Amino acid sequence: MKIKPLPIIVTFLFLIFFFGFFQGLKNPNIYEPRISQDQEIPFFTAQLFNSKTEINSNEIFAGNKFYLLNIWSSWCVPCKFEHKFLIQLNKEQNLEIVGLNYKDNVKNAKNYLEELSNPYDILISDKNGLTAIEWGAYGVPETFLIYDKKILKKIIGPITNDSMNEIKELIKT
Amino acid sequence: MKLNQYFLIIFFVFCSNLTFAGEKNLQNEITKNLRCLICQGQSVYDSDSEFANSIKSLVAEKLKEGNSEKEIYKYLKARYGDWILYDPEFSKNTYFLWLLPLLLFLFGGAIIFKLFNIRKN
Repeated sequence: MKIKPLPIIVTFLFLIFFFGFFQGLKNPNIYEPRISQDQEIPFFTAQLFNSKTEINSNEIFAGNKFYLLNIWSSWCVPCKFEHKFLIQLNKEQNLEIVGLNYKDNVKNAKNYLEELSNPYDILISDKNGLTAIEWGAYGVPETFLIYDKKILKKIIGPITNDSMNEIKELIKT
Repeated sequence: MKLNQYFLIIFFVFCSNLTFAGEKNLQNEITKNLRCLICQGQSVYDSDSEFANSIKSLVAEKLKEGNSEKEIYKYLKARYGDWILYDPEFSKNTYFLWLLPLLLFLFGGAIIFKLFNIRKN
């Protein structure tokens, strides 16, 4: 009997595609923008939260310290969960926490800080969300660990106990 | 003479309207090609989320500054990756995506061609 190559090839290709796509189903379909290792921080200017003074990123991240940029908002529920970790991190000596108040009402933000206490060393506001875009952030909360004007780590979503410990490990070195 | 001046005024009024509309259209066209990252499955144009609204105002601002469509895509791609574009550019990550339909077309064509040849014989 003559072997027909066509049905065999078709079946074979079908199986390859089937398993390819089947494996693909298991991948998480929530996309998170990745950053390359040691990416430079973007340059931006923003307004200080408590005054009308404009400040740029070179002035904020000038020191020889670790910086933690935390994007938060009073209307953001997960921000409340990570607040206690920020307060703990604030006790670290060589870490400066920069808060970026994202698209918030000033009065609400002030109430939020009064109620839960203020873990931020520097507080800047981002009324129209454009500074957050400079950072490639797409929601709140998002956190960046910065040293020497380079991004060492990016946390999407609230800080957890594990990520707090990881930050503490990173800033020891 | 006066009539000419009136015409001139009317001309400029309509002129500014036209350029404004053009910019708005380009802004819409760009935002329709951007994927909203928190409301996945929707474009930035369709979405009313905080992220999408920020991107919309960013695109409007960039257009005002005189950036081209490509420059805006490049700016956003650097921050959010290829995924933000609905129409991904041809690169080593996407060549399979672009060439697969063509390959399938050729493969299917070959099958049909072969079947016809067998029938003829």
